[in-house]
Amino acid sequence: MPGLEDLYREIILDHYRAPRNRGELPVPPAHRAEGFNPLCGDEVILYLDVDDGTVTDIRTAGQGCSISQASTSMMSAAVKGKPVEEARRLIRAFKSLMSIHESTLEGGGADGDGDGGYPDEADDVRLGDLEALQGVVKFPVRIKCATLAWNTLQQGLDESVGAAS
Amino acid sequence: MTPPTLDVARIQADFPILKRQVHGKRLVYLDSASSSQKPIQVLDAMDRIYRESYANVHRGVYTIAEESTAAYEAARAKTATLLGGDTSEIVFTKNVTEAINLVAYSWARANLREGDAVVVTEMEHHANVVPWHILSEERGIELRWIPLTDDFGLDLTDLDRLLDGARLLCVTAASNVLGTLNDVRPLADAAHAAGALVLVDAAQAVPHMPVDVRAWDADFVGFTGHKMLGPSGVGGLWARADLLDAMPPFLGGGEMIRDVTTEGFTTNEVPWKFEAGTPPIAEAVGLGAAIDYLQAIGLDAVRAHERQLTQCALDALDARFGDRMTIYGPRDVDRRGSAISFLFGDIHAHDISQVVDEEGVCVRAGHHCAKPLMRALGVVATTRASFYVYNDEDDVDALVDALARAEDFFGFVG
Repeated sequence: MPGLEDLYREIILDHYRAPRNRGELPVPPAHRAEGFNPLCGDEVILYLDVDDGTVTDIRTAGQGCSISQASTSMMSAAVKGKPVEEARRLIRAFKSLMSIHESTLEGGGADGDGDGGYPDEADDVRLGDLEALQGVVKFPVRIKCATLAWNTLQQGLDESVGAAS
Repeated sequence: MTPPTLDVARIQADFPILKRQVHGKRLVYLDSASSSQKPIQVLDAMDRIYRESYANVHRGVYTIAEESTAAYEAARAKTATLLGGDTSEIVFTKNVTEAINLVAYSWARANLREGDAVVVTEMEHHANVVPWHILSEERGIELRWIPLTDDFGLDLTDLDRLLDGARLLCVTAASNVLGTLNDVRPLADAAHAAGALVLVDAAQAVPHMPVDVRAWDADFVGFTGHKMLGPSGVGGLWARADLLDAMPPFLGGGEMIRDVTTEGFTTNEVPWKFEAGTPPIAEAVGLGAAIDYLQAIGLDAVRAHERQLTQCALDALDARFGDRMTIYGPRDVDRRGSAISFLFGDIHAHDISQVVDEEGVCVRAGHHCAKPLMRALGVVATTRASFYVYNDEDDVDALVDALARAEDFFGFVG
């Protein structure tokens, strides 16, 4: 049976206690995206400055459990200053990290997103500190907490690119 | 007079699940407000009907069909006795949610018109909110809300105005979040004086205290089996016989008919008019066994036990955590049931629940299907511990110790 230390790794607690990039950005030019997990009430609000194909700045707000808020903080640190395409690769890699293990736990099978490109992509992208979150997959009900920030980022990038074109 | 007491050690021995361990720790089950555990008497009754007498009800004329039907109908009679109603006034549903939806789809759609008002309270479970939202969107029914007082009761200051033009008052007898017990009778009197009927969500009351639907002077009362030591899949609606007689059917199908032709159908008598299809037979039998169990130990004794244990828990939480814990619910145990919802420092409810699980302690985290209430309280999620017949002061100690572990773990309770 997985223990608490699998879930609450030190780096996760550090991001929870001292979240990076908290705050707001003026809208516009920033784009505001909001993610909500109706099951537990976790809320993630992102402010994204996307300029010339790069996430030039990001700020986060919202409230929720340690996993959702640490994941938000770690995500913001990982994508800040990165090209949008790299941010998208990170999103895919992170969701793959969650879904591969999830399907392994469930006894194999395709990942839930039905995107055959994920596993290869995951190998190519360095997740670094984000890999600390992989312990979450041992606690299936908490996976949504970890992916909330990433789904919100994906939605925000889609919307801000859509608004710019 | 000494209050009736429960022999908790003896009761615990009746619940097989309490013998298991989680993470190497004794299982401390503090989520009975969500769903209760089941005694061996209920498990045996369900096993026995499947092994010895199972057949569909109200169909066959053979021996085991007769036995199955008798067992199913005996459960209805036991339910009626428990609630103080007549047997023909008990409609089995799958839970309170279905019971309230039955009222919304049958009685309300036959009787409410655009502009009619339905009054609900801010402390209702979604089961007693969303059916009325649906009706409001469909029919233009006006939803009016009874607000909360600062001490977690219902603010009845504007009750007369809220009831003016109302056709139905929907109120929970006991809040699943706050623990608050609502005094149903005066609300029913006020509603009736205004020409409105009263629907009581008794999901959190029937398992925990004596209930008498006639003393409440209620018109509709929903209850569920799985919170009162019975199985999931069976609950019910008690409604006044004249209302049930006049109400159109809800679900159509087998059992609920008297006759069906190519042109149409006529309905069966109540309560079967509302029980389309093969009902949850073994589940009803299990519910009957649960009622036998509760009545044998005595609902007065259940209430006294929970009242005492709730006081013990409130005192223990106060003593150990003081201002670091905010409890959302009345402090006076005469005004509350055993569900205790709280915020604990900065620790999110899900993190608390996760950490105390490591100690074998099961508590609920989240919005408890009462988001209008959570908004009124200004919180997103709370942790909830709730007590029942098989809990004792050792469980309170286990809760407090596990919460202390959560505080240590997160280390920055503010």
